[in-house]
Amino acid sequence: MKKGIRTLQKGLVRRLLTYVAPYKGYVAGTIACSILYVASVLVGPVLYGEAIDAMPGAGRVDFSAVYLMIGCFAGSVLVSFASQKLLNNCVNSLCYKLVRDLRRDAFESLTAAGVRYIDTHAQGDVMTRIVNDVDVITDGLLQGAAQLFTGVMTILATLAVMFAVNYIIALVVVVLTPLSLFVAAVITKKTFRLFQKQVRIQGELVSHVKEMLGGQKTVILFNEEKYSEKKFEGINARLNEIGWRAQYSSALTNPGTRFVNAVITAFVGVLGCIFCILSDGGLLTLGTLTLGGFTVGKLSVFLSYANQYTKPFNEISNVVTQLQNAFASAARVFEVIDEPGERTEGTAHLSSCRGDIAVEGVRFSYSADKPLIEDLDLSVKAGSKVAIVGPTGCGKTTLINLLMRFYDPLAGRITVDGTDIRDIPLDEYRKLFGMVLQESFLSGETVAYNIAYGAENASRAQIEEAAKAAYCDFFIRNLEKGYDTVLTGNVNISQGEKQLLCIARVMLVDPPMLILDEATSNIDTMTEMRIQKAFRKIMRGRTSFIVAHRLSTILDADLILVMKDGAVVEQGTHASLMEAKGFYYRLYNAQFAGAEQGA
Amino acid sequence: MIGRYLPYLKQYRASCILGALSKWFEALLELLVPLVMARIIDVGVARGDVSYVLWGGALMLAMGAVGFGCAVFCQRSASIASQGFGTNVRNALFRHIDTLSYREIDKVGAASLVTRVANDVTQMQSAVAMTIRLVVRSPFIAAGAVILCLILDWRTGLIVTAASVLVALVLWAIMKKSVPYYTKNQEKLDRLTRITNENLEGARVVRAFANREKERARFDAAAEDMLGNSIVIGRISAWLNPLTFAVINFGVALILLLSGFRVERGSLSSGDIIAVINYMTQILNAMIVISNLVSLFTKANASMHRVSEVFDMRSSVADGAGCAPDFSAPAVQMKGVGFSYAGTDQYSLRNIDLTIGRGQTVGIIGGTGSGKSTLVSLMPRLYDASEGEVIVFGHDVREYGLAALRSLFGVVPQNASLFSGTVRSNLFWGNDKGTDEDFDEALKVACAYDFVYEKGGLDEKVSEGGKNFSGGQRQRLTIARAVAAKAPVLILDDSCSALDFATDAKVRANIAALEGTTTVIISQRASSLMHADKIFVLEDGGIAGSGTHAELYAQCPLYREICDSQTRAEA
Repeated sequence: MKKGIRTLQKGLVRRLLTYVAPYKGYVAGTIACSILYVASVLVGPVLYGEAIDAMPGAGRVDFSAVYLMIGCFAGSVLVSFASQKLLNNCVNSLCYKLVRDLRRDAFESLTAAGVRYIDTHAQGDVMTRIVNDVDVITDGLLQGAAQLFTGVMTILATLAVMFAVNYIIALVVVVLTPLSLFVAAVITKKTFRLFQKQVRIQGELVSHVKEMLGGQKTVILFNEEKYSEKKFEGINARLNEIGWRAQYSSALTNPGTRFVNAVITAFVGVLGCIFCILSDGGLLTLGTLTLGGFTVGKLSVFLSYANQYTKPFNEISNVVTQLQNAFASAARVFEVIDEPGERTEGTAHLSSCRGDIAVEGVRFSYSADKPLIEDLDLSVKAGSKVAIVGPTGCGKTTLINLLMRFYDPLAGRITVDGTDIRDIPLDEYRKLFGMVLQESFLSGETVAYNIAYGAENASRAQIEEAAKAAYCDFFIRNLEKGYDTVLTGNVNISQGEKQLLCIARVMLVDPPMLILDEATSNIDTMTEMRIQKAFRKIMRGRTSFIVAHRLSTILDADLILVMKDGAVVEQGTHASLMEAKGFYYRLYNAQFAGAEQGA
Repeated sequence: MIGRYLPYLKQYRASCILGALSKWFEALLELLVPLVMARIIDVGVARGDVSYVLWGGALMLAMGAVGFGCAVFCQRSASIASQGFGTNVRNALFRHIDTLSYREIDKVGAASLVTRVANDVTQMQSAVAMTIRLVVRSPFIAAGAVILCLILDWRTGLIVTAASVLVALVLWAIMKKSVPYYTKNQEKLDRLTRITNENLEGARVVRAFANREKERARFDAAAEDMLGNSIVIGRISAWLNPLTFAVINFGVALILLLSGFRVERGSLSSGDIIAVINYMTQILNAMIVISNLVSLFTKANASMHRVSEVFDMRSSVADGAGCAPDFSAPAVQMKGVGFSYAGTDQYSLRNIDLTIGRGQTVGIIGGTGSGKSTLVSLMPRLYDASEGEVIVFGHDVREYGLAALRSLFGVVPQNASLFSGTVRSNLFWGNDKGTDEDFDEALKVACAYDFVYEKGGLDEKVSEGGKNFSGGQRQRLTIARAVAAKAPVLILDDSCSALDFATDAKVRANIAALEGTTTVIISQRASSLMHADKIFVLEDGGIAGSGTHAELYAQCPLYREICDSQTRAEA
């Protein structure tokens, strides 16, 4: 199991490295700068320690040595200043460019993916992958890796210098270090568990507030404020209990390390001072051991090192969790990037399209265990108007999905003018259709951009003409900036007006075939009539499929497809279907009988 | 501003004061450590006195241990006090939100209120924690270290002071310079998010227009734009550590440079130099903490304003003095009623005059935005009319106590909102004294009895928003809830839209059979209202016609148009 994770992580690292590869320069810069940085930061205390030793007391100051050492120290500060700035620049540029590249690839894959992918994945989740997870990768992996690198180097170099100066004190430091690690590990583990609990309760609290505010009207109407408050206070009390413990536990990290530092400082200080006392003329004799003499300057080196040395340990323990998160996120992002795209190529090209459509023995289902469409046959003559009717969930949308090639049939084929649609290049094929769905989708750009969405090179005059034809010119002109109004959440256009804009968008493209979805409700009467008129206008002379909810639409259709449970159960004209007294007859009576009686 | 939140902290006064004091004591000990070290070097080493050194070491260990104890005590007090503070504020805030009318909630928006209760209060809470933990400590250490250096040796102390001021300036300048870019970054990230969202929601449209490449180019441009801004931020913040490091260490170099003469003359010892260098590091660390605190407090301040905004809102619907309904009077009367929503001067309703007799079934029809839902929400005072009078059972609605008024109505809201719990707990909302028999009866009226008992009866679980029931089932359950209330007036706000014709008709017939109940039905379907005693046709906030179906069809062009658009025009 663990091995499996290892190899998985190895694979992820290898893939991430391919993303880093184009930025080798930055990587080299990062490594070079961090080596320089660690070296210059560590040599600093040694240099000023020498300077301190060169002034042992009144009348005994060796000025030339002092100046030399201070000069060198200043030089080392300059080097570490420059190398740290460069290091930061390299890491930042590398991170941000990687963020861009990963996002770009993930987005590209998203735009290439089949509609099935989007239908079967929670949108919020895909969004999180592209937006947040990418950040987590670079935060954890790159910053983490950089920190790990400098951290480990600092520790090693510090140890090396300490051992070189005096290995007994160095040993004491090394023995005391695990104390710091142990304290950090215990605290982190406990904190993590508590925070997890806290997140859960917080989620409960938020969903309660959401639920109550969402149903505030109901809460007020049924006088249930007290109930909702009591429940809130209950959750809040639990949050308080876990919350303070989580906070307390995480707040122990700093005092904990400060304490370990204090212990190390005390030990180093005492030992160092004793060694200073015992040193005699550049030599330190401890029983049979003889070491180099210990001085106050060297003590200052140890004191500042002991401080610097424990810091990376804390950072490294953070880095480990960061790395784990980064790997998890990387796996999620690569899942998006690896999503196979739709098959877009094809060899057949229709120079002109009449619009004869035939569906031959098509079988389709979204999942293998739930058969939906079985052996569907249809034949639609060019220029005819096909109305699709049936109760909710009967498969009207599925038919559109198949016609637009959002999904491919499992068996059978669909042809346009006798050509199998799978042989036509995907984009070329889809451009044959104009589609207006009930859920009007518009982009957060200007009105003009949206109308010209399918016709890139349309002039402003053409755009306005299309808008007029689709009866939206008048309300567009009433918008604050007319055609240049950006359609964000606070622009006030209704659902019906949105649908009119979608019709204008299709009119500008002028496609040979149409797929229309009538709105069921929520549109005011005036707009509704305009949409009907626009629909009628646009359908003239085109093969059109229309998901119908209005009698007027159904009555003048050339062909009505009556769908039920995924199958086309009846087809014909209104008159022939009424005569047959089948499912359509019953449906018609159930849906419209009441209204008809009155009329 | 801050004053109004102090009461929420009152019960933790002891924790706050003792916590801050103990943290201060720890800081004091920490400041003394370098001095002890200096003494050990200058006295112990100079005299070769090993026992002095050992005692010094023991003292340092003891100071560390006491300091640790103090810090632990402080962290604990701070956690208890701040979390308790947050809990109190959250409770008060939620209670306050519950007193607000729908009008105020609309103004802020439900999503924003959730954020305020959850995130903003947490932000304030951590500001309290940090105040106890760090506000006393960090400035004390920074100032204390500077002062101790000045006492040790005023000349070196001056250099330390200058270096500290410089570090503060660097921190301030970098923060000031980068903040606008951070704001910009958020905007650019929002744009990326929006484009991604559009490509998820509009996946079919993008594909239908074969606009893959166009969308990619759009995303790439946005990503590139963001990259540019991020790199600027990176460049600016990359100065922070190198600059502060350089300032402090050049300070050290300068001190060493001047120390040479003074040691030569005997006015400075090497122990003192080491102590000063130690203090420099402490100052730098404290300053960085302070700069983090500043940004934390800026955020907390913004949060506090957002929370205060909610606390400052007063419900526009005030409780009435209380009166008893007169059940012989008409159920609802409106006289010259006008209404406009918060923040707009556009009237959603104007000049409404209507009477709904006791026991009548009344229909209201009209297009989206014609004011149907607004009209009925004036009856149980979800909103107050901007002008005119709303009279329920003989009294102006403002004379009733709110709870008493609302218990006169059983309302089925437009979006079928159920609450997590069980079927029974949801029905209890309607009638908290209801028995299982009452509930069964209500379920039968709403045609919900069969599917509820097929599933698991009254104890069947209801998940958040009732998502484990279909749309039609949810509507029938909300109808049952309102019926269970046995209120004199039943209001159905377009609440049969997900029912098929037969069930819709059955439910309406069952409701009509409820004795003595006045029923108001809002619908877009003419067929649902045809049999009402009276129908009001709304258009643009005004009444365009009223009467029975036959009268309206003959006299009201709009009503005829609505009927015709839903039926066969040539019938």
